[in-house]
Amino acid sequence: MPLVYYALQQVINALSIGSLYALMAVGLAMVFGILRLINFAHGDMMMIAAYIAAFALGAKLPLPVAVVIMLGGTVAVGMLTERVAYRPLRGAPDVALLLSSFGVGQVLQNGTLLVTRLMQKPILIAFPAPEVLSGAVALGPLTVSRLNIVSLSAGVVLLVGLTLFVTRTTLGLSMRASAEDLVAARLVGIKINRVVTSAFQIAAALAAVAGLLFAVQAGQINPYMGFTPVLKAFIAAVIGGFGSIAGAVLGGFVLGALEVLLTALPGLGDLLPPGPVADFFKTFLPSSLTSYRDAFVFVALILMLLLRPNGILGKDERET
Amino acid sequence: MRNVSVYYGGIRALDHLTLHINAGELVALIGSNGAGKSTTLKTISGVLRAKQGLVEYRGEDISHAATDHIVAVGVSHCPEGRHIFGGLTVRENLRLGAVARRDEQTLQRDLDWVLEMFPRLQERLNQLGGTLSGGEQQMLAIARALMSQPQLLLLDEPSLGLAPLIVERIFQVIRELKARGLTILLVEQTVHQALDVADRAYVLESGRIALEGTPDALKHNPQVEEKYLGQG
Amino acid sequence: MKINHSRLWSWLVAILILAVVLALLQASGQAFWQGIVINVGIFIILTVSLNLSNGFTGVFSLGQIGFMALGAYGSAILTLPLREKAEYLPRLPAWLAGVHFDFFVGPFPLGFMLATLIAALLVALVALLVGLVLMRLSGHFVAVATLGFLVIVRVILFNADDFTRGSRTFSNVTPYTDLWWVWVWAVLAIYVVWRIKFSSFGRTMFAQREDRAAAQAIGIATMPPRLLAFVVSAFFTAVAGSLYAHFITSFSPTVFYFDLTFRVVTMLVLGGMGSVSGSVIGVLLVMALAEILRRIEDVNQLYGLSGVVLAVIFILIIVFRREGLLGSREIPFDRLWQKGGANQSAVISEQ
Repeated sequence: MPLVYYALQQVINALSIGSLYALMAVGLAMVFGILRLINFAHGDMMMIAAYIAAFALGAKLPLPVAVVIMLGGTVAVGMLTERVAYRPLRGAPDVALLLSSFGVGQVLQNGTLLVTRLMQKPILIAFPAPEVLSGAVALGPLTVSRLNIVSLSAGVVLLVGLTLFVTRTTLGLSMRASAEDLVAARLVGIKINRVVTSAFQIAAALAAVAGLLFAVQAGQINPYMGFTPVLKAFIAAVIGGFGSIAGAVLGGFVLGALEVLLTALPGLGDLLPPGPVADFFKTFLPSSLTSYRDAFVFVALILMLLLRPNGILGKDERET
Repeated sequence: MRNVSVYYGGIRALDHLTLHINAGELVALIGSNGAGKSTTLKTISGVLRAKQGLVEYRGEDISHAATDHIVAVGVSHCPEGRHIFGGLTVRENLRLGAVARRDEQTLQRDLDWVLEMFPRLQERLNQLGGTLSGGEQQMLAIARALMSQPQLLLLDEPSLGLAPLIVERIFQVIRELKARGLTILLVEQTVHQALDVADRAYVLESGRIALEGTPDALKHNPQVEEKYLGQG
Repeated sequence: MKINHSRLWSWLVAILILAVVLALLQASGQAFWQGIVINVGIFIILTVSLNLSNGFTGVFSLGQIGFMALGAYGSAILTLPLREKAEYLPRLPAWLAGVHFDFFVGPFPLGFMLATLIAALLVALVALLVGLVLMRLSGHFVAVATLGFLVIVRVILFNADDFTRGSRTFSNVTPYTDLWWVWVWAVLAIYVVWRIKFSSFGRTMFAQREDRAAAQAIGIATMPPRLLAFVVSAFFTAVAGSLYAHFITSFSPTVFYFDLTFRVVTMLVLGGMGSVSGSVIGVLLVMALAEILRRIEDVNQLYGLSGVVLAVIFILIIVFRREGLLGSREIPFDRLWQKGGANQSAVISEQ
């Protein structure tokens, strides 16, 4: 019986982490779809959001106010980076855009470091987690952390909202059209710059929400906290077939599941009743493997890029 | 369009090209591959920029205008290779065709109008653009271009790769549009049919106007006969 | 023949001048400047070899610093003296616990040189295997996949406690690295990369960089030049790792990560992707700037300032002068001694 709870617990973990990856991956995919830019500074949007939220909450502002300030600030930074570092590179080779985003990431990280220095704050800040996001609630026999519940519901609400936006509104349709065929989008009279700006705004807002939730989860923030999540989000986007919003969402959840599996399976040998099955897990999936999780995830990324560069949904399937 | 030169990198695609289209006229642009026909259309619609010269539309200099502005003032470009949005439904494609217009009220009327012209699209309104047949995609591309309420329609190779029956239908539509007073600049490989519907035609060679005249005059020009009309 | 002679002389004169400068620096006993010049040499090796893999072929790898890490750890494990090894890495497997490349021949730390070579060759082998897989990708997907490689190396270094002490600092490395070792390798790296550039292999590298499809269409196989560039680059990068390890003498996996990657990429892009002399200039400029900024930073406690300034400069280069200072051109230093001075222009083609 406990094994069932264990499994359920892991499913909830997978869904909650998956929705955070999905929020990040969608932003990457939207921008990539239109500009063919792999925006490595996307993780730093998360980081900026976490810092704004930390300062706002630290100043004892109520959570809703802090969230609004966080969203506004992050969206503004996102738009600024697009204007300064990507728009002048329209039509440049992909790698130039990629490099520029590395530069942006460095500016944001070091800039945050500098600002915290100027404010006489330490580099590593403990994140003042708001009450709604801390603690856990009992759901029948399960104990689920509030953070997991909020992550999952925020993910679902935002992703449903985004889906409505890209299928029901003209701006959303323009965004999908631009991602599909930029020349045709121009020819029908879509204002590309407006579409790009909106994509950056939405991406930054989604990253901000993910950043807040990641910060609560980690308990502390630092200027480099965005690096690993952006790589993970990239993997999620690749799994889903880069540039497709639905694919990115799916990829986020697949990655979440994969990570939880890689964490949970090696520990399974210790949980199972003694016997051949437990021995099998202990031998072939020892719990020490867990710390190699990220390595496996990135091996999966490389395999994905080589074998199914169009993602698990696959372009050929979508085009029939 | 006056004295326009366009370059791809160091290669000159249009060489001091001058042409004009009168309101209500159907002008055909013919010439071999690489003569600069598509480049001409792209320069008018603002996808490409003239390095020198002037593109004027109803007295307004649009040489440096953004494509969305050019569409908004009434020039619609239906590109070669159709370029419909394959991942969007037919309805969404048509809705985006109207994205640049300012009056939303007449939108439904125009939608009904283009669907009347292309009943096949009516049946497939909720289907993804990518699932249509080649002919249907071409119809969608034209319909989409019409949704911006253009006064000038730039049509690039509408018959390319289509079955004769569908080509016939497309030309029928072109005639209808002309009858409704739409100004059309048509680029075509099937020179015969193009000359049949056109009021006037230009022959392009290496980015320059080689000949200009009425279809009748061109049809009987020995050079045109030999080069573009073949035996037929 | 005559031309080749004068070229050879140019190289020799350049090396001689360098040697005199190094000897003077050595004699001066200025530890601070010696340290700077050693760092410059190491970064020149890194940047020039990054240029070979990224600049020449256009296959943008962000994983090279992973090779540097492997070179650093590999050689450091090899050179650790027996007694310290037993104490320091007690769980090393027997075949590795017994080796100690800490012997000298006369004044030369031959063991260190062998350890460097062995580590670099092993890394080149790793690069061959990795390259066989990754060089098939192109554009920015290579960048991401190689970045994935960097992460994988880091995870392994953190977790292979028995070999690397994991996240704890790896220290007690003997400081073998001096001015001479660094600059012998730097000159060798420059020379090899320069020769590759003007070889037929180099020409195919540049050809497929400009247009991979066109190169394939005219029958140029793109894989061999890409792979060669990647492997040779990894070799020298690992050498730089070994030199670096035996210079700073204590390090952890964190040292060999994204900040260092970005620093070297900045040097490369500033100098010009494809220009060997550009890389050298890029290193000198970025090092000088970083040193000045670091002082301002230290005095005013404004950490992050140098990072911001360097990254802003980097973005400005990408936006306004993407080809860097020199593009693919070279300062034709090997022709400055030629008669007539007709070759003042920086032309790359060699007959």
